[in-house]
Amino acid sequence: MGRGRERESESPRNSRSLCSAPMDFQVVVLAGGASKKLIPLISKEVPKALLPVANRPVLSYVLELLEQSNLKDLIVVVEGQDAAVRVGGWISGAYVDRLHVEVAAVPEDVGTAGALRAIARHLTAKDIMVVNGDLVSDVPPGAVAAAHRRHDAAVTAMLCSAPVSGPSESGSSSGKDKTKKPGRYNIIGLDPTKQFLLYIATGAELEKDIRIQKSILRAVGQMEIRADLMDAHLYAFKRSVLQEVLDQKDTFQSLKQDVLPYLVRSQLKSEVLLNGAPQAEENGNEKVNFQKNQVMVSRILANASTPSFHEFSGLGTNDSAPRTHKCCVYIASNRKYCARLNSIQAFSDINRDVTGEASHLSGYSFSAQNNIIHPSAELGLKTTVGPHCMLGEGSQMGDKCSVKRSVIGRHCRIGSNVKVANSVIMNHVTIADGCSIQGSVICSNVQLQERVVLKDCQVGAGFVVSAGSECKGEALAKKEK
Amino acid sequence: MGAQRKGATRAEDSDELARVPLQAILLADSFATKFRPITLERPKVLLPLVNVPMISYTLAWLESAGVEEVIVFCCAHSKQVISYLESSGWFSQPNFSVTTIESHNSVSAGDALRLIYERNVIQGDFILISGDTVSNMSLTQVLQEHRERKKKDPNAVMTMVIKRSKSSPITRQSRLGTDELFMAIDPNSKQLLYYEDKADYSKGVICLDKLLLTDNSSISLHNDTQDCYIDICSPEVLSLFTDNFDYQHLRRHFVKGLLVDDIMGYKIFTHEIHSSYAARIDNFRSYDTISKDIIQRWTYPFVPDVKFGGNSATKLERQGMYRASVVQSRSAEIGPFTVIGIGTKIGSNTKISNSVVGEGCTIGSNISIEGSYLWNNVTIEDDCKLMHAIVCDGVVMKSGTVLEPGVVLSFKVVIGHQFVVPSYSKVSLHEQPIKQDSDEELEYADNSSGIGEPSCTVDKSNGVMSSQLSEEQSQPTDELGTGGVGYVWSICEGSHEEEWRHSIAPIPADKLAEAMQTTEDDLELITQDGSVLPASGELKPDCIDSDDDDNEDSRDDSIDFEKEVEATFLRAVHENIKEDNVILEVNSLRLSYNKLFAECAGAIFYSMMKLALETPHTSASELCNNAVSIITKWKKLLKSYLNDIDEQIEVILTFEEMCLESAKEFFPVFAKILWHLYDKDIIHEEAVLKWDDEKKDADDSDKVFVKQSEKFIQWLREASEEEEEEEGGGEEEEGNQE
Repeated sequence: MGRGRERESESPRNSRSLCSAPMDFQVVVLAGGASKKLIPLISKEVPKALLPVANRPVLSYVLELLEQSNLKDLIVVVEGQDAAVRVGGWISGAYVDRLHVEVAAVPEDVGTAGALRAIARHLTAKDIMVVNGDLVSDVPPGAVAAAHRRHDAAVTAMLCSAPVSGPSESGSSSGKDKTKKPGRYNIIGLDPTKQFLLYIATGAELEKDIRIQKSILRAVGQMEIRADLMDAHLYAFKRSVLQEVLDQKDTFQSLKQDVLPYLVRSQLKSEVLLNGAPQAEENGNEKVNFQKNQVMVSRILANASTPSFHEFSGLGTNDSAPRTHKCCVYIASNRKYCARLNSIQAFSDINRDVTGEASHLSGYSFSAQNNIIHPSAELGLKTTVGPHCMLGEGSQMGDKCSVKRSVIGRHCRIGSNVKVANSVIMNHVTIADGCSIQGSVICSNVQLQERVVLKDCQVGAGFVVSAGSECKGEALAKKEK
Repeated sequence: MGAQRKGATRAEDSDELARVPLQAILLADSFATKFRPITLERPKVLLPLVNVPMISYTLAWLESAGVEEVIVFCCAHSKQVISYLESSGWFSQPNFSVTTIESHNSVSAGDALRLIYERNVIQGDFILISGDTVSNMSLTQVLQEHRERKKKDPNAVMTMVIKRSKSSPITRQSRLGTDELFMAIDPNSKQLLYYEDKADYSKGVICLDKLLLTDNSSISLHNDTQDCYIDICSPEVLSLFTDNFDYQHLRRHFVKGLLVDDIMGYKIFTHEIHSSYAARIDNFRSYDTISKDIIQRWTYPFVPDVKFGGNSATKLERQGMYRASVVQSRSAEIGPFTVIGIGTKIGSNTKISNSVVGEGCTIGSNISIEGSYLWNNVTIEDDCKLMHAIVCDGVVMKSGTVLEPGVVLSFKVVIGHQFVVPSYSKVSLHEQPIKQDSDEELEYADNSSGIGEPSCTVDKSNGVMSSQLSEEQSQPTDELGTGGVGYVWSICEGSHEEEWRHSIAPIPADKLAEAMQTTEDDLELITQDGSVLPASGELKPDCIDSDDDDNEDSRDDSIDFEKEVEATFLRAVHENIKEDNVILEVNSLRLSYNKLFAECAGAIFYSMMKLALETPHTSASELCNNAVSIITKWKKLLKSYLNDIDEQIEVILTFEEMCLESAKEFFPVFAKILWHLYDKDIIHEEAVLKWDDEKKDADDSDKVFVKQSEKFIQWLREASEEEEEEEGGGEEEEGNQE
């Protein structure tokens, strides 16, 4: 929270940069902290945001994606002070001239809504985009922002196709797979034009029966319920609405599970727009009127461009202004890549995809053999590095090694007769002769002694695997003290 | 027409089976009472729709769509139906056979289909419709779809025809006056997954089974479609009705029954029509709507100027005006979208617009008729005014009478001079059946026999009329005017509210405003409920109101349960019932309320403590003694629910709650009683220690009792560490406590 004080002194600069922002969008990147799901991959040294995907931190994918859409006014929210310092250090080194990034630390376990609450007073722009720092995607956030603006929506959520291929391990047990349907992430109700979000169920609700509000269905006439879409956790919010909800509903913890469903549910009987006025009163009446006018004008504009069922259902009510707000969606085309690094499986998958089918995301240019070997890397005799592989700066490999569909980080020392397949090896890893690594993740500074065989394992940073060990499906890590 | 028939035959030829003629079952009885009092005298299917009996539209369409055999099921007024079919020549059409099945005791579509099944006349797929359907759709495609599906999946027994038509979100009814309909359809296979027609307004949500989405990755939910009541059925449908002898209504029982039944796995599919017309006359409003559709030629070729099924030719003039040879005064004005039948005389200065006038009517001078339906041989004297009324055959309206919107005058009613018939009145020569059964399932078929023959009609003396009317609330007029004949039916309680929905009159503005207000209120309710619910935690706030209801229910449930347990316990105390029997009773309560052992333990303990509290006492220590003695006495009962450490903790928590809320008297003696519970071996030390552990992170306010029992807990901890000294420690502690 010390950071907060620091930020205040910066605020003049902040507001200046806002004025220059072309879209008047402020972006909040929720970079998370130490996710339990990712142990042992993450540690104090490597918070989630800095986990490498194709040898660069996962957060860089989001930042660059935002940069491409010209969204350069960012607040990166990190859980935990230490992690914030590390993430901040990395960002200031990598993006010093390119982006206007501020790093804010929030306490751990406050949830996504709590994180926004903690930084609420730094949100000043008309619209706020909230994106998770673990998103690896090529869907332009600018398109989401544009859809948001076009409909003058209270919230716009980005949806992408739910990944059909589940965990790769389940591929082997295909018999079971048939009973298990492809992963269900959300149940989503859309209007026939697929622009508006009418229903969303997340998490535990997926196990219950689907309950649709008749009033919404009546207003829209037809609703499509889809189970094959996933909430990508990239939202555009109208700031006034977001702050209203966060203030009033102090039990809301999660954007995805609380705030978004709440907004969707109350869209025909908006509480947020109505209550917006009294809340602003503290700031003087002029502003109230101004805001009201703004709302009215934007409504009229919205009516003129895209009349939606919201207007129709609001028509004829005795109130002068229809009390509705819009919840929109932007559905990414299924050719686009969209994944979240929120599990170990996802970590492996994303690393594989970014060097493989979604290689345009990595930002590297691949060689003729469809792989990337840093010029400073050294390969021994008869060592082969297959397609969709990556070998980082200064890494050395001995003789007769083979690398298939794997990412190897910087300054690794790999002996002879080592086989690496479908794995991720981070930086400064030492692998002795005769090791075989398959489907595993090896964190930085790990030492594998001779003839270690690892299959589907995760080895935490700095761990030493003694010679000749054979492990399968284990997580190896140093005991945290 | 020719093309359609060819198509139908081709589809059939592709069938490997021996060729069966395309059959249709036409139910010439709607098994409803919505057209009363008219239907007391004439069956609904014979009521004229733009001067042609409804059944003719249905039969003419079936013939043109390539149906070869129609089985007409007659029930109410079956003789009239049969004689009409005879006189209009439907029995003698080439390539189109019409046969009838008569029944006098069927009260529902279910009964009708069971009877038809017994007769064994259906050979293959058939079309099931009722005789009040107007359509011009081609059956070729839907039949082919149905057969192909049937080949792949023998469980696909029915295909329903639907049409897009948005019901008004305000009045929640379609333009046909039917209730709004909610359907869920698989967008790919078009399988019907959910059907809700009798909308229960108090329920704000649609609940779809989660299993629906395991088979389909998407479902489309519709509130914008209308059920045309045209079904393509496989022969299995008839046997299903026979198997399920309680199926009465085609939709409410049969369709919903198939949808919820997942054992047999029968499936219903839908077929949406886009450009052709299909609608069923369900009530007076749909009568009005469909009449207008016919006049505006949506039902072509079944329009007044095309001859079909025995209508007399009329000529189409500009502005949708149809006129047969009519004797008309020069000064009479006939407005747009109006049909005038043969032999009708119209006097001077009379204005008629948006109306249908039957044959042989005599309409006087200075009359205005707007949006009304006059059937045959109606006499209207001068200076009358009709607005949105239905006037049946032979009615006489004396001069100067006024029909306010929504009036229905049944056969041969006479309205006296200058009489104003108030809105939504229904007037008939028949007395209103005394037994007002609002159940639509009860048919006029059997009821009509009890009502009596037309001979019972009497010229009304004013006395009878006034007594009849005095029963109606706030009816200012007490007669049908001088010389009036007929009973004014009182509007029965339940349907009064709905009268405006189903009447032919336009919906009055105040009703609209009212409906809008209810819509608003509904929304209010939903969002309020949503915000009341704790947003995070186990219960995800999505299912809002109904989920909240569930909560409410379970809360009520818990209270009920506690009360029941308490009552049981007190009875046991007062009547000295054996513990074993009490345990039995509490167990049965547990099962019926679906509670856990822990909840039973909590409830029993609560009852004990309450009893202790109610036993007279003067000081805290006395209260403590009371409690201890009750606990000692009913130890066995309580212990039988405390098998688990969790249950024991539950007891401690219940006790804590009591001390804080309902029975603050226990506050000072909490630790003592806790110790006694331990001493009597009711609560084990692990439970106490765990309770202490759980409370560690709690607020200070939550820890009052932990603090109070600190000594005891500490002693327990020490005791468990140094087991040998347990004995001595225990005694020492006992001394301390007492």
